[in-house]
Amino acid sequence: MTRYLMKRILMLIPLMVGITLITFSVVHLAPGEPVEMQMAMNPKVGKEARERLRKFYGLDKPLAEQYVTWVGKLARLDLGRSFSSDNRPVRDKIAERLPITLALNIIALVMEFGLAIPIGILAATHRDTWLDKGITVFVFVGFAVPTFWLALLLMYLFGVKLNWLPISGLHTLGSDSYGLLRYVGDMAKHLCMPIMVASFGSLAGLSRYMRSSMLNVIGQDYITTARAKGLSERVVIYKHALRNALLPLITQAGLAIPGLIGGSVIFETIYAIPGMGQLFYQAVMARDYPVVMGIVIIGALLTLIGNLVADVCYALADPRIREGRGVQ
Amino acid sequence: MNTVRRFRLLFPALFLFVSACTQAPAPPRSGAHDVKPAYGDALVEGTISDASTLIPLLATDSSSHAVAGQIYNGLVKYDKNLKIIGDLAQSFDISPDGLTITFHLRRGVKWHDGAPFTSRDVLYTYHVVIDPKTPTAYAEDFKQVKGIAAPDDYTVRVTYGAPFAPALASWGTAILPAHLLEGKDITKSPLARTPIGTGPYRFKEWVAGQKIVLESNHDYFEGRPWIDRYIFRIIPDTSTMYMELKAGALDTMPLTPVQYARQTTGTRFTSLFNKYRYPSSSYVYMGYNLRHPLFRDKRIRQALTAAIDKDELIHGVLFGMGQKAVGPIPPGRWAYNPNVKDIAYDPKHAAELLAQAGWREKNSDGILTKDGKPFSFTILTNQGNQQRLLTAQIIQQRLRYVGIDVKIRIVEWATFLKEFVDKGNFEVVMLGWTTTPDPDMYDVWHSSKTNPGELNFVGFKNAEVDRLLVEGRSTFDMEKRKKAYFRIQEIMADEQPYTFLYVPDALPVVSARIRGVETAPAGIGYNQIKWYVPKAEQVY
Repeated sequence: MTRYLMKRILMLIPLMVGITLITFSVVHLAPGEPVEMQMAMNPKVGKEARERLRKFYGLDKPLAEQYVTWVGKLARLDLGRSFSSDNRPVRDKIAERLPITLALNIIALVMEFGLAIPIGILAATHRDTWLDKGITVFVFVGFAVPTFWLALLLMYLFGVKLNWLPISGLHTLGSDSYGLLRYVGDMAKHLCMPIMVASFGSLAGLSRYMRSSMLNVIGQDYITTARAKGLSERVVIYKHALRNALLPLITQAGLAIPGLIGGSVIFETIYAIPGMGQLFYQAVMARDYPVVMGIVIIGALLTLIGNLVADVCYALADPRIREGRGVQ
Repeated sequence: MNTVRRFRLLFPALFLFVSACTQAPAPPRSGAHDVKPAYGDALVEGTISDASTLIPLLATDSSSHAVAGQIYNGLVKYDKNLKIIGDLAQSFDISPDGLTITFHLRRGVKWHDGAPFTSRDVLYTYHVVIDPKTPTAYAEDFKQVKGIAAPDDYTVRVTYGAPFAPALASWGTAILPAHLLEGKDITKSPLARTPIGTGPYRFKEWVAGQKIVLESNHDYFEGRPWIDRYIFRIIPDTSTMYMELKAGALDTMPLTPVQYARQTTGTRFTSLFNKYRYPSSSYVYMGYNLRHPLFRDKRIRQALTAAIDKDELIHGVLFGMGQKAVGPIPPGRWAYNPNVKDIAYDPKHAAELLAQAGWREKNSDGILTKDGKPFSFTILTNQGNQQRLLTAQIIQQRLRYVGIDVKIRIVEWATFLKEFVDKGNFEVVMLGWTTTPDPDMYDVWHSSKTNPGELNFVGFKNAEVDRLLVEGRSTFDMEKRKKAYFRIQEIMADEQPYTFLYVPDALPVVSARIRGVETAPAGIGYNQIKWYVPKAEQVY
């Protein structure tokens, strides 16, 4: 087992090198430069000012040298400094945005699963009835409605007309003076709409998945046996069928984990939430190379670690994998 | 105006929708006896992007400058009529030969940390701007300086090698605190996130991506601002911003023409907010690549302008909130030449001009041809600007009437600049310029500025304009400058290197509880420290 683990960890090294190389080249292949984005179309900016800024960012050096400098820093866990005019360390920029994105994504993920599972079960147990059809329509409306449009309608209804929920942002102005409970409550109110919008859109996929997985299980012999034993329908569905039907969904949940650090540009922009999605989008638009590469590298690293953990779990479960005999 | 009314009738449904939301009664207003200026309250402004750095020298984005503008002062500033007056300088004199400017600084001005402001700060600011190690975009104007000296703490004397008219305005640049920066690396300075200036507001708090809070400077040299706090809220989406405004969580934001004309007309809205309207300092244009054989002939460029109905663009795209642009200087400026006649919308005249240039026959699609080749070109514009896209679409249709086939291509901004504009790889671009109050436009029109990456990317070369541009910037004599710029506008009107389309209006809205807001040629922000909220109406 230890040998297997060592092998897997050693394999990560060339993979990481490959990832840095690809990330670096793709980012630099995109037309435009950070300097252009800051200084173009400004009559007050001379050619020399651009050269000055290029030199300041080290963009005047050959690409290979820039790459080596960047990877060298990366090896020391330094993501470098942003190529925007604030020139702040990339680490700080990511660190101040990561918590809110993580929190939002985790809550939304829990909501999605919490809703999609019962909806899927309900649809499966009431297969082809009006309830099933109604659910299908409901989840597909959620899937098809453009997020920004729904978000604006909800804002207008809850924020402007009914005045129940704040429209955007994370805190009310002056919330710094609130007590802890009121402060958290205020933030929760601000997060209601974004989470609602974020989870509504992804209900369709998950609940359909749950429905088909459930139907698949219900059709199997052991369920017929359970029913034949005279067990109540509740016990059959929730005790015998559900557990097996949930397995594929757990794989789905595992796949969603690297996505937790990525934010959605659309709802972050519309709800004025300063998260990773906005940071990444703005960095791409401004050709802020270190920020773009930093976020991509962190994402890639998380995916690699996620895969490693999954593989180790498989290996723990299946001796054929850890002994390298392969699965036939 | 007529067209605006007609449009209103066309959208009764939309109107019902708007009026349906205005049924709730407006909150009671206190009587007129209670509207005396009072200290207190806050002004909450919506801004679409976060500031990047609050050291103005290093910032290139408008959000940073908007915030920093409340915190710092320059030596000079523009007054409400866009005339240059002293700011940190009590007064200034220009020597008769135009080579020396002497600034007499205000005495008793203090930085927000209590240190006195002196000529040392001015010298430091100058030296850091021209230092080749400083990554600033604003060194150009200061490179013309031949010498700078401070005979005492409150006098700064600047000499130039040749008279340079934009020099005076360049001293409007924010003066930085020498006692906090001297001998340190400005790019690593904490002032970028916690600035210290001399301005009407001092920095309090910055929550990245959410808000920036400023507090009034009680010792401000022009008097303590009435409003205690100035809060910038970062809301990247303009529709969201508008909802926040309606819900009362914002006090001021810029409106779009459609919001101004259609969505903010109910009595409830107008009782809670005041809308303002004045010409902005920018214009939108269609620039022809003059190196391209198709656009070398000025008759063709004149014909294209004659085939475009600018009024239609203003009504269709801006809902009437703008005016026709005739040349590179917006109407109302001192250098604007009111006698220049615009090429009027006249498709027949356009057809004649095209015929003179050899475009007579039409092919089976109704497109003009010359030597068997159809008259066809692409308008290139940048992604994310709906107004420009709509403008291009209306123009496409108008040019189709005279037999010209126009395609529209939209490209992301970085690619647009690098691959198309810088390389001269375009036929026609649609873009806008924001103009400074000083009419100097050497960088945009001088024939020496046509290299890749420079701003005369259409390749305009005219010996007389070159001479006049130099003349206009190298004297402080207003009459001489006026003459030069008037003549430039005449030449432009004839040459049509661009089709100057329109000058959109700036459409800010401000909560009605905030009093003292007035429009002037400079906009509404010039007297912000005099804005106030009567005691009874204060909410924050």
